[in-house]
Amino acid sequence: MFNYKFVSKFVRNDFFRRKQHKKMSAQTEIKTDVVILFAGDSGDGIQLTGTQFTTTTALYGNDVSTFPNFPAEIRAPQGTIAGVSGFQLHFGSVEVYTAGDASDVLVVMNAAALKANLKQLKQGGIIIANSDGFDAKNLKLAKYPDGVNPLTDGSLEKYKVHVIDVTKITRTALADSGLGTKEMDRSKNMFVLGYIYWMYNRSLDTTIEFIKDQFKKRPELIDANVKVLKAGYNFGDTVEAPMNRFEVKPAPVSKGTYRSIMGNQAAALGLIAAAQKSGLTLFYGTYPITPASDILHELSKHKNFGVKTFQAEDEIAAIASTIGASFGGALGVTGSSGPGIALKGEAIGLALMLELPLVIVNIQRGGPSTGLPTKTEQADLLQAIYGRNGEAPVPVIAACTPSDCFNMAFEACRLAIEFMTPVFFLSDGYIANGAEPWKFPSAAELPELKVAFAKNNLKDGEKFLPYKRNEKLAREWAIPGTKGLEHRVGGIEKENETGNISYDPENHELMVKTRQAKVDNIANYIPLQTIDNGKKKGKLLILGWGSTYGSIKTAVKEAIAEGYDVSHAHVRYLNPLPKNLGDVLKNYDKVLIPEINNGQLIKIIRDKYLIDAQGLNKIKGMPFTSIEIKEKIKELSK
Amino acid sequence: METAEIKLTAKDFVTDQEVRWCPGCGDYSILKQVQTVMPELGIPKEEIVFISGIGCSSRFPYYMETFGMHSIHGRATAIASGLKATRPELSVWIVTGDGDALSIGGNHFVHLLRRNFDVNVLLFNNEIYGLTKGQYSPTSPLGKVAKSTPMGSVDHPFNPLALSLGADGTFIARTMDRDPIHMREVLKRANAHKGTSLVEIYQNCNVFNDGAFEVFTEKGSKKMNTLFVEHGKPLVFGEQADKGIKLDGFKPVIVNIADTSANDLWIHDEKDQVKASILVRFFDNPANENALPRPFGVFYQEDRFCYEDAMNAQIEDAIQSKGNGDLDALIRGKNTWTI
Repeated sequence: MFNYKFVSKFVRNDFFRRKQHKKMSAQTEIKTDVVILFAGDSGDGIQLTGTQFTTTTALYGNDVSTFPNFPAEIRAPQGTIAGVSGFQLHFGSVEVYTAGDASDVLVVMNAAALKANLKQLKQGGIIIANSDGFDAKNLKLAKYPDGVNPLTDGSLEKYKVHVIDVTKITRTALADSGLGTKEMDRSKNMFVLGYIYWMYNRSLDTTIEFIKDQFKKRPELIDANVKVLKAGYNFGDTVEAPMNRFEVKPAPVSKGTYRSIMGNQAAALGLIAAAQKSGLTLFYGTYPITPASDILHELSKHKNFGVKTFQAEDEIAAIASTIGASFGGALGVTGSSGPGIALKGEAIGLALMLELPLVIVNIQRGGPSTGLPTKTEQADLLQAIYGRNGEAPVPVIAACTPSDCFNMAFEACRLAIEFMTPVFFLSDGYIANGAEPWKFPSAAELPELKVAFAKNNLKDGEKFLPYKRNEKLAREWAIPGTKGLEHRVGGIEKENETGNISYDPENHELMVKTRQAKVDNIANYIPLQTIDNGKKKGKLLILGWGSTYGSIKTAVKEAIAEGYDVSHAHVRYLNPLPKNLGDVLKNYDKVLIPEINNGQLIKIIRDKYLIDAQGLNKIKGMPFTSIEIKEKIKELSK
Repeated sequence: METAEIKLTAKDFVTDQEVRWCPGCGDYSILKQVQTVMPELGIPKEEIVFISGIGCSSRFPYYMETFGMHSIHGRATAIASGLKATRPELSVWIVTGDGDALSIGGNHFVHLLRRNFDVNVLLFNNEIYGLTKGQYSPTSPLGKVAKSTPMGSVDHPFNPLALSLGADGTFIARTMDRDPIHMREVLKRANAHKGTSLVEIYQNCNVFNDGAFEVFTEKGSKKMNTLFVEHGKPLVFGEQADKGIKLDGFKPVIVNIADTSANDLWIHDEKDQVKASILVRFFDNPANENALPRPFGVFYQEDRFCYEDAMNAQIEDAIQSKGNGDLDALIRGKNTWTI
């Protein structure tokens, strides 16, 4: 352990030497993959630091996966454990599928951040600590006993600890900037980022561009942030530190052009792509809610695609306005999270009675009730499939990685349009806010979505039948403005074909069965279930859905390498399930279903296929680590 | 709106569905007046959409040979907002009741008014829950004895027009089921107004709340208790049009025309929001001594931008400044790398 005492000498040396790409020195250590956890107060700019490193290292060619983890409060009490915001990222010269289990490097801006995250650090891992965040006040807020400072009491002996007075160096660097102390301190995260860039020999260019763009209107802040970023880099370069640098080479991923993408961003792009490919106006009716709001933010930026975003007065108005838009012939999408979906329930029932296309996006979070707004969970699956009054079948699909949100949002639109039905698209906080490299498609590669509004082909005296169905059991989309097709729809049970109100008992049963058959029949128009990894027949199948993909993928890959007989299948279509799923499951002696809930898919699988599937459940608002899944694989393989 | 090629008649707006309101219900008159007015508006019927929520009044769309949606309780206003946002050229009519609009749909109702979508709201007010068989509603007078209030309601009632004006409604009017001519005039005015037109219609529920408005609608008492306002004309009422209203400061007082100079009478000005806010408060129990008469007609009209126009203008601006969206560029983003 050491302290840097002579920082000012270095800081005054403001001549920036571009050394990022200099030849690696002898003390460079080569790593295949690294997990860094940035942690600090929720106002410390931790999320920004993390996303910047992600972009830079992705551009460098590493495979990368991230996990932002922050409190629900915007500025939770400063210095406390409740206020700690974290950003974990995993990057490598090998393929990475999760944000990593334990971290190699823990960057802590204060004592609370250390206390909250130390157990996540690997033995012998590196701690980079901002000493200013370990003053008496911060230690007290983090509830360390009086007089105890973990940086000096020897309790961190098994780690490599680097203590830097980030606050002091930042202020010194900006002494001549004319900024106030508060504003100077806001650049602290840039120092840390610069230092980490030095550690991993990454270019500052992307972040400098970002800073320029971010502070276009305040040039003094551009100068300040760039200066501090460079100061952090130079600090590593200049100070005679017994600190290794690391080299993580680009990952050998398949050839192509990539970008970094977060789940909610991908979902927004998928919706716009579907609107473009169908020629429909995208209408997004929503009410702000964590962790779904970023879809609204992203969509509202793209008005030049004709996208109409409507921030409604509440969750019910959000979906109701969307139903109105769908009735008028728009691609109607509403987005929310669990509590909001609960409020939308009645209107989802209306949409399925009206048999109009509608996409319902649920970015799941910890529940029930308000639950854990910023934490991840997969506990709304049964809500999506069953959570309405009456016999109310709705197709449900789920994305499994951040970039898959693009595919599945697009797919949800396809199903909605093709089958004239509301469709649930499920994501969750983990993949919504997580990022990964994405080998993105070109617009031309995306399938066209055919929309044929009903035309007036009626013969003289013939009446329009709004509920007449095609071979997919879908009715026609007859929009206002079409002469001769005036008709009425509603939530009351309707007579087959005419759509008129009907209380006839036989008719009701027929309509319930027909609506169910329409959804069941979708199984004929979705891909068959595939095996992601492992043998097609064997001892153990891990059946996952949604955001657990990465953890399962990693665990199964490792287990197979170690000789275990285990396979992985990941379900993306949850209602209806792929029609071969039952046969797939019967090829294995045991089926394990890991879920971030108390066991939901497992209920459906047991119900539908009568197999003795076993559950692995974690309900901590956190994704699985691959170790947790691997342990279970070992246990079941005994 | 283009004029329909073929001249439509009221009959063209009648559907093949049997009307199922109770015999004697005020809704019949409203349906008749709406069907009568429609052909006069010059709008092709395929461009017209009626959207309702839940309640007796909400069966209305089934009886209108236009596009229509009978939706869920309280949400017609929100559904119409989304339709109008994406299809601004349509003529959208919301049919709702006192329970649907002011109780379960109260939130959407006020937000519709402030956003000022160009739609028409027909609020059938019968001061009772009819479809659920006779509970008091948010407009029932205090003390109302109904199925759920055997000792009388302790709910202070809403004044729908004061609420609408408070929500910055741009067109506020009241009419009644028993005055077809007046109703047709108000409906035409509502259609002509660009923005949310709120028309409260006093409607008699002859099964659960018979006679709630008879003092305003029946010959013997109508003239004494009602005040039909017209833009630019003095507020005059009474058996022989012998009474008028004058403002004493902000306080309206009843005067005998014979004793008052014509210049002293309140001249109705639809554009005056302050006076409209006093007029909507003419809400006295007619049984009270010196009760002000209940006004009917267009209380207030204001020209204000509509949500859908502003929304579309932003899209036009975005296309102007950024060009039509390029999907490839969007998917690609700012930073890419090639392996």
